[in-house]
Amino acid sequence: MTTLAEPVAETGSPTPRSRRPRRRRSWIGWGFMGPFMAVFALVFLAPIGYSIYLSLFREQMVGGTSFIGLENYQRALSDPQFWAALGRVSIFLAVQVPIMLFLALLVALAIDSGRLYGKSFFRITIFMPYAVPAVVATLMWGFMYGTRFGLVANINDAFGISFPDPLSPDLILISIGNVVTWEFVGYNMLIFYAALRVIPPSLYEAAEIDGASQLRVITSIKLPAIKGAIVIATIFSIIGSFQLFNEPSILQSLAPNAITSSFTPNMYAFSLSFSGQQHNYAATVAIIMGVITMVIAYLVQLRGMRKGAEA
Amino acid sequence: MMSDTDMRGTDMTEYRHRAARYPLALTCSVGLALALTLSACGSDDSGTSEGGAADDAEASLESALEEGGEITVWAWEPTLDQVVEDFEEEYPEVSVDLVNAGSGDDQYTALQNAISAGSGIPDVAHIEYFALAQFVHAEALTDLAQFGAAELEGTYTPGPWSSVSQGEGVYGLPMDSGPMALFYNKEVFDTHDVDVPTTWDEYVDAARELQEADPDVYITSDTGDAGLATSLIWQAGGQPFQVDGTEVTVDFTDEGSTTYAETWQQLIDEDLVAPINGWTDEWYQALSDGTIATLSAGAWMPANFESGVPGASGDWRVAPLPQWEDGESASAENGGSALAVMRDGENANEELAYAFVEYANAGDGVQTKIDQGLFPAVVEKLESDEFLETEFEYFGGQQANKIFAESAANVREGWSYLPFQVYAHSIFNDTVGQAYVSDTTISDGLHEWQEALTTFAADQGFDVSQ
Repeated sequence: MTTLAEPVAETGSPTPRSRRPRRRRSWIGWGFMGPFMAVFALVFLAPIGYSIYLSLFREQMVGGTSFIGLENYQRALSDPQFWAALGRVSIFLAVQVPIMLFLALLVALAIDSGRLYGKSFFRITIFMPYAVPAVVATLMWGFMYGTRFGLVANINDAFGISFPDPLSPDLILISIGNVVTWEFVGYNMLIFYAALRVIPPSLYEAAEIDGASQLRVITSIKLPAIKGAIVIATIFSIIGSFQLFNEPSILQSLAPNAITSSFTPNMYAFSLSFSGQQHNYAATVAIIMGVITMVIAYLVQLRGMRKGAEA
Repeated sequence: MMSDTDMRGTDMTEYRHRAARYPLALTCSVGLALALTLSACGSDDSGTSEGGAADDAEASLESALEEGGEITVWAWEPTLDQVVEDFEEEYPEVSVDLVNAGSGDDQYTALQNAISAGSGIPDVAHIEYFALAQFVHAEALTDLAQFGAAELEGTYTPGPWSSVSQGEGVYGLPMDSGPMALFYNKEVFDTHDVDVPTTWDEYVDAARELQEADPDVYITSDTGDAGLATSLIWQAGGQPFQVDGTEVTVDFTDEGSTTYAETWQQLIDEDLVAPINGWTDEWYQALSDGTIATLSAGAWMPANFESGVPGASGDWRVAPLPQWEDGESASAENGGSALAVMRDGENANEELAYAFVEYANAGDGVQTKIDQGLFPAVVEKLESDEFLETEFEYFGGQQANKIFAESAANVREGWSYLPFQVYAHSIFNDTVGQAYVSDTTISDGLHEWQEALTTFAADQGFDVSQ
């Protein structure tokens, strides 16, 4: 049955299509779009295309460049160093992001509550670390983490305790998480705070008339209203975690053995490319990482939106 | 004796130690200062009497210098500042743009990127011996033999010369060399009444004694340094890297490597080495305040002491490197670098670029650099009494050059580096470095390093023999 039906459909379909009156295609629109499309193609699509192109080749010190199809992808998917790096940033994501967003939310709610004395002072102080370049921030924390001359050393001396070395392999991820949290709480706070500011005051008045407690106001009005902002902040944080590079890369000079050259996927791609001259494989790792990040960010967005719709 | 490493001491906040080493087989003994020993090296007399060709090359260089032009030099060697100034004064038509594009690996990364891009390549680059092979392999360097560089063979000590020459080609002129010695803080040893070790076993004992006497005193600091580890394996007679054309062998199971691993493991197991990263502020402080009692490094170290550890002037002394076998006098190289002329340099004037390199590393520039503390590779300078009898105020008036010169003469033959040694160093801490922070041993780490390197070599198309 199916074998009969198929040819019929195939031969039959062009006919009605060709009979349909063709609308004259207007190219004027493209003329307006042209400049944008050209720039878009050049700065957005071309680099991605080039990376994909690179990832299909292999350049060897002996033997030159050869086309190898998807071999780099096969290799990456079974590369323990890549997966270890991905696992590390996933743990980082699972632990650091919730803590950071919770703190940011807490601060935003506190500032928004109007009960805080010196509101703008707190707002600017908590936001300030975001204005410090990540490199400087990490160096600063690196000095504090020092167990010989840093703040940790001073604490140890002052209290006669022996605080564990924050730059040891066991604690390094926590130490990096601390730096990143410090840097980005202010940024996320600002996103939440901006969202809180646009809630119509009439809702609060209504709540007050109903005799709702502050807690109730938060759970029933504020949080649902800023759900969109939370989803956005979460997506940014996911992307940021997967792209973790600056902080470990700088701390590496202080903790060369705790932070390996494949500590995060980005660092791995970087060292493959710049120390190992394996540009093609580095491009592959970068593309795979990009795809994974996009998929996870998209899933979070889908889930966030659906929940938003239910509420 | 100033060298590749000291810019880090002065102008960077992040210091990383990438001392230079010899990448190639030392075909001839590194009979440095002692020209008398050169007679043992059969090849030294060759290539000195092609008068006509040499004169032509010479005349051509002269005219290039008179004609003038611009060249860009990437180097982090601080003594070159003065050399460039003198050079420009002597040849007013030539303008040299001296750029510090980072030290060691940072510069190699930048250089490699420029080569890949095919633009922005400097005309002259400062490259450590251990990294030279990589750039020769990439065909990024100009063969200097065409400018008459082969004539200079007898000018340099054999070790550095064998590092810059490959077959008939000459791919750079040696700038400095780094025969190893043991720098020790005499104050610390005297205070605790400990003898300065002459063997590595004694070294471990001394480490224990110092720790016992004062828990804040460590024999040395180490957090895993590929340069130091490979130099010590070299001294112990290990030859883990073998390269023959496209055939590469990596093997850390030979006796030299094993001896090193076992001895050094004791230091780590008993927490006898301070976990302080080299070339950091902490490290300089520790060298200054007696926390670190010894340092094994190349002959370029004294200038770093003077600039980085001024407070301990007079405390430190130099001794021959401890031996693996009692009674031996083996040594190794740690550091040293050359100036190479790049292919496709941005000013496309290879002849002028070579003229500068020759001035800096074979001509008047050599003395200028020595005066500022660099440890040269030029025989004539090294064997001069003036050089050997130089008294180092920093080392309490000690004639340290005699020790360095002797060390240079005793460098073991047969060592070579991989054509991807820069990469090898970049993953040292991923593998061997783990021994410093976990239960892994150095010997496990070396094994892992070997695995990673053979995998990399195979990926890069080399024939890997086990």
